[in-house]
Amino acid sequence: MEDKITIENLNLYYSDFHALHDVNMHIQKNEITAFIGPSGCGKSTLLRCLNRMNDLVEGCRIEGSVKLDGTDIYGGDLDVTVLRQRVGMVFQRPNPFPMSVYDNVAYGPKIHGVTDKQELDEIVETSLKQAAIWDDLKDRLNKSALGLSGGQQQRLCIARALAVKPEVLLMDEPTSALDPISTSKIEELALQLKKDYTIVIVTHNMQQAVRISDKTGFFLLGDLVEFGETDQLFSMPKDERTERYITGRFG
Amino acid sequence: MSRAKKKDRFMTGVFYAIGWIMLAFLLYLTFTIIFDGIKGFSPDFLGAAGNGIFNQFFNTIYLVFLSLLVSVPIGIGAGVYLAEYAKEGKFLSMVEVSIESLSSLPSIVIGLFGYLVFIMWTGMSWNIVAGALTISILSIPLITTETNNAIRSLPIEYKEGSLGLGATKSETIRKVLIPAAMPQILTGVIMAAGRGFGEAAALLYTSGQSTYVNWHNFWKITSPTSPLNPFRSGETLSLHIWVMRTEGALNPKATEIANFTSAVLVILALLFTLVTRRISDKMRKRNNGGK
Ligand SMILES: Nc1ncnc2c1ncn2[C@@H]1O[C@H](COP(=O)(O)OP(=O)(O)O)[C@@H](O)[C@H]1O
Ligand SMILES: [Mg+2]
Repeated sequence: MEDKITIENLNLYYSDFHALHDVNMHIQKNEITAFIGPSGCGKSTLLRCLNRMNDLVEGCRIEGSVKLDGTDIYGGDLDVTVLRQRVGMVFQRPNPFPMSVYDNVAYGPKIHGVTDKQELDEIVETSLKQAAIWDDLKDRLNKSALGLSGGQQQRLCIARALAVKPEVLLMDEPTSALDPISTSKIEELALQLKKDYTIVIVTHNMQQAVRISDKTGFFLLGDLVEFGETDQLFSMPKDERTERYITGRFG
Repeated sequence: MSRAKKKDRFMTGVFYAIGWIMLAFLLYLTFTIIFDGIKGFSPDFLGAAGNGIFNQFFNTIYLVFLSLLVSVPIGIGAGVYLAEYAKEGKFLSMVEVSIESLSSLPSIVIGLFGYLVFIMWTGMSWNIVAGALTISILSIPLITTETNNAIRSLPIEYKEGSLGLGATKSETIRKVLIPAAMPQILTGVIMAAGRGFGEAAALLYTSGQSTYVNWHNFWKITSPTSPLNPFRSGETLSLHIWVMRTEGALNPKATEIANFTSAVLVILALLFTLVTRRISDKMRKRNNGGK
């Protein structure tokens, strides 16, 4: 199978702090790849490298390469706005904009040049359906998104990300602020979406990785300790540190 | 009850009392001004000639409008620049402090500065534009500070969400950050307009103390007597109060005119504040879904 994203010898520094050490990883199309590891080990940092959100951090420096379909995303051949349209992101805390549900979803397409009202309507409907929240929200498209529950907000954010027709979806602990019911809805959704998208998810919850991911990477203090098939990694970890972490005998 | 708790209760009571006294004083003042204004009222005060203050009323609105036309875009632009583009550091904090203190400079000083720049240097006579620009010097800092603070207090997640969808920084600012900050920015606009309504000293030698208009020339904007001509001199309501209390005091009705003018000015400023507040509340409600 071909790589959707290839990470090669990636090192990242926050000023003097060496946050990622020589990470190599192949992320496959139509798979869910999970990042696990104790807090502060660099999961979010790596995830944010994949759509260059680290550009916002002053003093952040990157060595090595990240390729999307073979094109180096830091190489200058790919405009960062195009990259972020192709590689969408869902954040840890649901972050709908303070506007209506409709405007939230239509925001991305408008930015990328869709002006036709009917086309926008269709995109909004399709995206909300894909995010399995159309039935909840179809009667309140013009209400503020901030009035929704946390779980609804997060699914709205997923719809908002889908509305720009990305190829990859990055999710940074998307369920950490949600209740169990909303969490399982988002997990089901991720499994649905992997048919059409490549998904990379950071999770603090190992069970979640087991439930939904095809591949899992285990991180520790900026190192990618082990990366492989999720079943394999959780049943027969190759590295002793992985084993200690997944059996809860860590630290 | 512990001593700390007692003290806390006591202080809370004191602050409540101060709050109520302030409110009572404000209401008393407002009603006295309006009442005094009405007491000496005579119908000719409403006209545009003789004792009438209609011209001054129009001038005030026109001047505030013109000054907002200048100060709103510049103030918002400068505030956005400070919040989003300027490099953080000592220099930026210095600039922020200077801007904040600019609006608290004595207005007569700003007025004389405006006179120097907009009247002496341009060689024009007193005119409304000069007055509006002088007011803008006082009001731009208010809008700038309010915009800067409003944008900075927005959660970083809004910006990340927008950039994460492939928006540029400028799209993010224009379409997400400014609309989200708008309710608070409007507070700055209210204060800015307040400067225009209330200011007298800054207008004394800029927009001038006289008004010569002919309402038949209303649409002939280039005519020196057209009310719409922004380069004519135009006395505002607050200046009119001052004039009526000084050289205008020869007029036997001077006191009544001044009182009525005060009442009209207070109502006008109050109305503007209430309407803008409403818009701001509506926006906030629309943004936040009633929260
Ligand atoms: N903007 C930043 N500036 C400096 N250090 C950072 C920044 N973001 C994260 N770090 C540091 O990098 C390390 C990895 O952080 P992060 O990727 O957020 O970990 P995780 O998501 O696995 O919890 C941590 O030690 C964290 O303190
Ligand atoms: Mg994290």
